[in-house]
Parts: sequence; structure tokens; C-alpha cells
Amino acid sequence: MTATRRFNPDVSRRKFLGWAVASSTLVVAASLVPASEADASILSPPEPSDLFDLTDLLTDATLPTSLLVTVTVHPDGTVAYALPRAEVGQGLTTAVAMIIADEMDAPIDSVQVTLSDARSDLLWNQLTGGSNSVHSLYTPLRTAAAVARKRLVAAAAAQWNVSPDSLSTRDGIVSGGGRTATYGSLATAAAATQTATESVTLKDDAAQAVIGVAQGRVDALEAVTGRKQFAMDLQVPNALPTMVHRAPRLNAKVLTVANIAAVRAMPGVTDVGIVSTGVAVRAQTFGQCIDAVRALQVTWTGGTVNGESDATVLAKLKKAELPLLVPKVPLLTKTVEGSFTFYFRSNSPLETNCAIADVRPDSAEVWAAMKSPVITKQDIVGKLGLPGNKVTVHVVEGGGSFGRHLFSDAVYEAVEASKLFGKPVKLMWHRTDDFRHGRTHPMATSRVRATVLGAEVLTYEQRHTSVATDFTHGIGELITAAAARFPILGPLGFSEAVFTLTQNVSYNYGVTDQLLNETFTVNDFHTGSMRNIYSPDVRTAQELITDQIAKVMGKDPLAFRLAFLKDARLKAVLTKLGQVGNWGRAMPAGTAQGIAVHSEYKSRVGALVEIDCRPATVNRVVADGVTGPRVTKVVIVVDAGRTINPEGLEAQMQGGAMDGIAQTLTSSLHLVNGIFEEGSWDNYYYTRQWNVPPEVQVVIMPNTTSTPGGAGELGCGVTQAAVACAYARATGTMPTTFPINHNQPLGFTPLPTVPPIPQSPTDGLAHTF
Amino acid sequence: MPTHTFVLNGEQVSVDVADDVRVLWVLRDVLGVTGPKYGCGLEVCRACTCHLNGKAFHPCSVQIKDIQPTDEITTIEGLPATVGADLHPMQEAWLDVDVAQCGYCQPGQIMTAVALVKAKGGALDDADFDAIRNVCRCGTYHRIREAINQGAANM
Repeated sequence: MTATRRFNPDVSRRKFLGWAVASSTLVVAASLVPASEADASILSPPEPSDLFDLTDLLTDATLPTSLLVTVTVHPDGTVAYALPRAEVGQGLTTAVAMIIADEMDAPIDSVQVTLSDARSDLLWNQLTGGSNSVHSLYTPLRTAAAVARKRLVAAAAAQWNVSPDSLSTRDGIVSGGGRTATYGSLATAAAATQTATESVTLKDDAAQAVIGVAQGRVDALEAVTGRKQFAMDLQVPNALPTMVHRAPRLNAKVLTVANIAAVRAMPGVTDVGIVSTGVAVRAQTFGQCIDAVRALQVTWTGGTVNGESDATVLAKLKKAELPLLVPKVPLLTKTVEGSFTFYFRSNSPLETNCAIADVRPDSAEVWAAMKSPVITKQDIVGKLGLPGNKVTVHVVEGGGSFGRHLFSDAVYEAVEASKLFGKPVKLMWHRTDDFRHGRTHPMATSRVRATVLGAEVLTYEQRHTSVATDFTHGIGELITAAAARFPILGPLGFSEAVFTLTQNVSYNYGVTDQLLNETFTVNDFHTGSMRNIYSPDVRTAQELITDQIAKVMGKDPLAFRLAFLKDARLKAVLTKLGQVGNWGRAMPAGTAQGIAVHSEYKSRVGALVEIDCRPATVNRVVADGVTGPRVTKVVIVVDAGRTINPEGLEAQMQGGAMDGIAQTLTSSLHLVNGIFEEGSWDNYYYTRQWNVPPEVQVVIMPNTTSTPGGAGELGCGVTQAAVACAYARATGTMPTTFPINHNQPLGFTPLPTVPPIPQSPTDGLAHTF
Repeated sequence: MPTHTFVLNGEQVSVDVADDVRVLWVLRDVLGVTGPKYGCGLEVCRACTCHLNGKAFHPCSVQIKDIQPTDEITTIEGLPATVGADLHPMQEAWLDVDVAQCGYCQPGQIMTAVALVKAKGGALDDADFDAIRNVCRCGTYHRIREAINQGAANM
């Protein structure tokens, strides 16, 4: 594996090259991309490039900071870094501040991490996805921080006329020979008069004092005081609330609007007009937008999936399933197989799609949570026909993503509405629209067949078939670029590259193959990567079949896995998991444990869950909520290679576990005649407090590698699989439909599709507590 | 345009806005008080939870005409002042447990927690936790439970 070797454990002692950038205060830089990767990831602009502004790229690419991460030390002692990634709750700004603080010997609260505007020169290197951020930024950030420290020490040495070797650094202070100076006081003297390279050696792993120590989030105070600003909290002059009246079927287009003038005359309304996705209204308050959206009388074209429902999509998936090969196996071979269905799921965060846009005749400025801002900027440039340097794309911290913000759907709408109205807009999707028209995890099936002879598994085949996943934001390019010289692209393009590069069989199962096929196109449904992409479903199918194989062999699920796992790190995780989770303890009938392991993003993880499927639990009544089987305990053991922030890693595992529980037991979208039924959090059953396990424990393994692996998605798939395995063991029936409650009668009355959004209640004073 | 008067975070405010506009939009769009978040507008997700005369309520589902001049609305911004401190003990607990991930739902979670603990007069049990309806899509539920009882101990 070329990709693994490139990040070898000896990397920490290599010399790294950074830059001191000419400036009035200390500005240092390091390349975002190691030289060996540059040709793959930088020099491949997207094709066809009709929306791609080459001038913009070339202009930015000639700047001294092109392709570089720069860290600035200000005279007041603050260390500033504009992060070319999104912060959507994953704790990246905290991890980045820790990495810089550690390598610089600076206090963590002196490091101020902001989110960078879209930088066209960075191309795919400003994409947040694939749990790749910490992994890809770790060495560049340390290199820049080491250059900063080196220059600050050199500046002090020059002032004191001593050797730099005689000085030491700690907590943002250079000291030696009885003298001290703060980093801030040295920032101007340490500045470069002309840009030049600097060679540095990075700290030994053992000398790191911040990395690996639990750190609360750097934005925690802002969050708990309500001061943290999301896109809709920004006060951009004259950017008034704007909403869109959407179609009753996916992708239908407006034919006629009967009452534009009457709606424009409604209280508070300033503008009404047709945009590509419906009819936009702008008003003094969002409440008045809701009134106006509900009042509009609109007729529509047919849409792209008229007449499609869960059953018709499933039939098409079944038809698209690639055949399982019939392996030549000896007589007496036993076959273990399963066919699994995973329904559509929503990656809607709590903050709905939203964006602010101010489009003028000669310029445009937008604000939104974006994970692929460079692509977004290129598209805006293409749509508006403006020069790239007249379009500014500000990345704002997001209220969750789960893959949603890989696409900038609300940004394009806001740009269109602002241009149409000739005014700034603060555009927000209604919750109901966010479930029905927002991006989804596409529906999929997974067929698995394994053959077993005695104590050996001879073959393992998996055929994953999915409604097409939209990767047009470029994550395919990112992942392809990260895996050096990966033989590019089969018939399914990036989907196949992503599938092949992320999916694996954890066990020694003889002849194995896993294949992907797709049906529909990315223009039919609104799909995209949802946290952990293919892994939750592929892993769930694989772990359920693994339990069946173990059963055929008469082996305990954990003992079987330990015997068949290929990877030493996974074995260590599983061993620890069995001990901490008390695997095999006696449990009452109707309850059981389940176990699963997963490796991805250079990390390893295992989950042990306990589930209660007894009637008293399953039949609990919660008004407007779904109960069913309850996971009563989750234990996750994680080996993230090198842990940056144990507190943040634990949080990501806890959150991922809640996703996994929801995806096995409760949360899905129901497609009926071209539209999803769900329109509220009381319809779309993401985990709520009444589904939360009373016991959740996360164990972090000692570091196994020198560089950090990915963690943001790691907890999802493994928990989804472990819950499915526990359910199978508690009930004696292997579940084959996910979530398990999908085909039960709907637990809610679907909101109407005309008008497209519901009115807010008025009886809130009756519900105070 | 009718004028509506009420007490917001300890100060008398007056706004000119139509009677039927929900309090959430009066706070966010008219007064620029953005701690309470929009998550559904349906009194389901509870991201907008604030206090009305010391009790939790959901501004997305109350019309401004139903708010009286003597009514006191407290948003997350005004919570610390209710205990005369820089931070309410529940906010301190949220920091100590490092609850927030994206943070979007947390003002509503904290306002709900404070009201529940006050109503109960102390720590919550598992049944109380199970009855909390606030959605956290990041899945911070476990840490929320931990923080609530830590905060309750100091209230």
C-alpha cells in the first residue's frame, strides 16, 4: 500500500521545509501538500472546465502564499491561522489550535483559528470530507509552527547576542541566560524582509505536551452563551429573510404562479420571484416568509421521480444487482448468505440549509457553512459571469453537516434570489423542505454470500447496489489524489473509486470481492455522502454475515472474529473491547450483546452494544416519538493512530454511536410518489433522549502510529453494525431491512405537500414548563 | 403596525410588528437576539427554547400579541444575569463536561435543562432525561445528561 508507506512512522525525525514570508510581522508557511503528492492532487483541475475560472486560479496561484498554509504571529502575542476547512461540530478548530500550540510552545488560548474564505489556488485542498482534515493538515501545520518557533528564537538570540541553541521556549516565551521575551515582543524582529525557505526538525512525539491531552473545545464558551454565530446570526446590511416555495415532487419546475402580485402585497413581504428551485419570497421576518410561501398558488412540471416509491426503487435496485459468481467449492461446503435493504436517510443537520448572498452588478459576496467552497466559488463565478476576484466566498461555522455541506445548495439559491431581487438576501430552508428536498443517503441493497468448509471460509462476495451517490463536489478527486497512483475510475467514476478506496473485508475469508453498482442518476434524487458514506451499510451486512458464519462453525462471535481478523490493530481493539464490555456476560432472554469492528481512514474501531428487545421496552409509549428496542449500553474502543484530542475523539465516537443506533433502529425517509413523507423531527426518527443508552463508554487505545488517522465518521458504521448484530442475537432473527421499523405502519400523519410547508403553532403558551 | 412591549433579559423593549408574528422572529429578525435558534418552527426540536417568567417556552409557537407588557422573556444571552453571575451554573457544567459539538442546539438544551431542574427542585433521573424532547443531531445526548446533573448540584 503506497498510501500507508508515505506516512511512515519515522516521519517525525525528517527535516521539513517551510517558509518565512516577507511581512511586517512574523508570517510563516508550509506547503499544504507534500511534494510527492503534488502532481496528483494539485495539477489536475476539474474537467470539463466550463465553469472553471482559469484566470482566477492563475492569479491566486502566483501569490506568495499559493498552496501554503500560513501562520501569523502578531505583536500582541496572538497566533493566527485561517483554516482552509469547515468547522461543523467535528472539533477541528480545537485540534488545529492544539497542533500549532504544541509545536510552537505557545499557550493554546493564544492561537486563534478562523475559517478561510474560498481560496481558488487550493483546489481540492480546501475540501472537508473523508475524515481527512487532521490527517492532511498535521505535518504542514507542525512545519509552519516549527518555522515560527525557530525564527522567534533566532530573533531573541540576535537581540541578546547569544547562540539560539542556548535558548528555550515555553508558554509563548523565549528564555535563556536569565532573560525572557514574549513571542509577541519578538514578532516584528522575527519577520522576514524577503520570503525565504527555512529547514526545521519537528518535535519528537514524546516531547509533545498539548497533543494527546484532553482539551475542551476552543469555541465552547461561545456555544453555551449563544454568542457563537452561525450564518443566519450574521447581520449583513439589508440581507432580509428569504425562503423558497418548493415543489410537491422532487425536481419539479415552476409552470405558473397565479398570485405573485397579491403575495408581494402581503405584510412584510418585499419581493417575490421565480428561481430554478421554486418561488423565492423575501420579507421583514422569516415568519412572514412562511406566510407568503404558504399563500403562493403554483403549478408544476412533473419532476424527475414522479411515481417512484420505496417499492419501485427497491425493484430497480434488485434489477441492478450484479450477479454473485458461483464459486467452485468442494462438496460439503456450506453457503451463508443474506440480502439486505437500507432505505433513504436524511443528512439534515439541526441548522437547515441556509446562506447569505449580496449580489451586485459588478461583485458578489456570500456567507455560508461550506465544505467545498472552492467548487462553490467556481460555480458562482460561472453562474454570474463575474471575474473570480470579484466573488468573495466566506466560510461560516456550521450547525452540523453529516455530509450535507459538501454541497452548497442554499448558496446557489441565495445567489440567484439576490441577483433576481437586486438586494441582499438571508435565505433559509424550512425544516420540512430540508427533509423532503435536502440531500439524502441514497437507498441501497447489499447481497452477501460466503462459503464455509469445516473451520475455513473459502469465499466472501458482496454486491452493494445503490441509488447513485452524488460526488460532483469533488470528494472523489480528493480521495483519488490521496491514494497515490490509484488506477483511475471504472464505469461508475468517482462512486467506484470511493467505494473501492474505503470498503474492505476485515477477515481472512479466502477469495473475497466487493463490488458496487448504481441505479438512477445523480439528477434524479438529491443524494450525497452521508457521514461514513458506504461503510455503515456495507459493514452492517458484513458483520451480520460474520455472525452467521461463526454460528455455522459453532464459534463464539468474538472468538471467531479474533481468529479471522487480518489486522493486528483491529485484534488489539477487539480484545480490549471484549474485556471492557464484559463480552459474554449472562443476560436475560430478549436482551443480548452484539459486537463489530471496522477499519477506515487509517484508524481502527470496535463497538460492543447491549440491546433490550423485551415487550416492556419495545412497547414504551412516547407521544409523537418512536421507541422500539432500546440500546442500553455502548462501549467503543478506538485506535485513531495518534490521538490529538482525547476529549474530542470521545465526543466523535459518542455522536457517531447515536447515528449508528438511529440507522439500525429508527431513522429513514419514506418515498411515496416522488416525494418523502417526513417533514419534521417528530417524523424523521433520529435518536432522541428516550432512545439514548443509559451507559456509553469510550476507550482510547495507546497511539499506534506517528500521524493521526481520521475520526469524524468512525463511530457510525461500527455502531450501526453492532446494534444490528445485537438485535439478531436478542430476537433470534437476522434483520434484513434497515432501519428495522421502516416497513411498519407510519407513526405519524404526513404533513401536506400543498402548501409545501406547515404554519407554526400558536398555542405555545399552553406548553410552558 | 401595532407596538408590543415586554421585558427582554431585564430590559423593557418595544417593537413595531404585526400581531401574528411568532416571538422567535421578533427576537431574531427584529431585535437581533440570535441565541435562540430556528430548527423547525413547529415546536418539535426545541432549539429556540427560552424562558417566559421563569418557565421554559418555545418562541416559535407563540404569537407576539400573546405576550404582555409585564411578561419577562429570558434568552440564553440573559441567563447568567438571572443568577447575578458571568455564567449560570448550568453553562459552567456544559463547559466542564465539554458538551457542545456544533453548538447549534445547545442554547435551547441549556434553557430546557435549567427549567426542568428548577421545576423538579434538583437532579433529574433517567425517566426525566428520557422525557427531554430537544434534538441534538450531533448526538451529544450522553454528555447533556452528565452536565444537567452537575449543573443541578450547583443551582
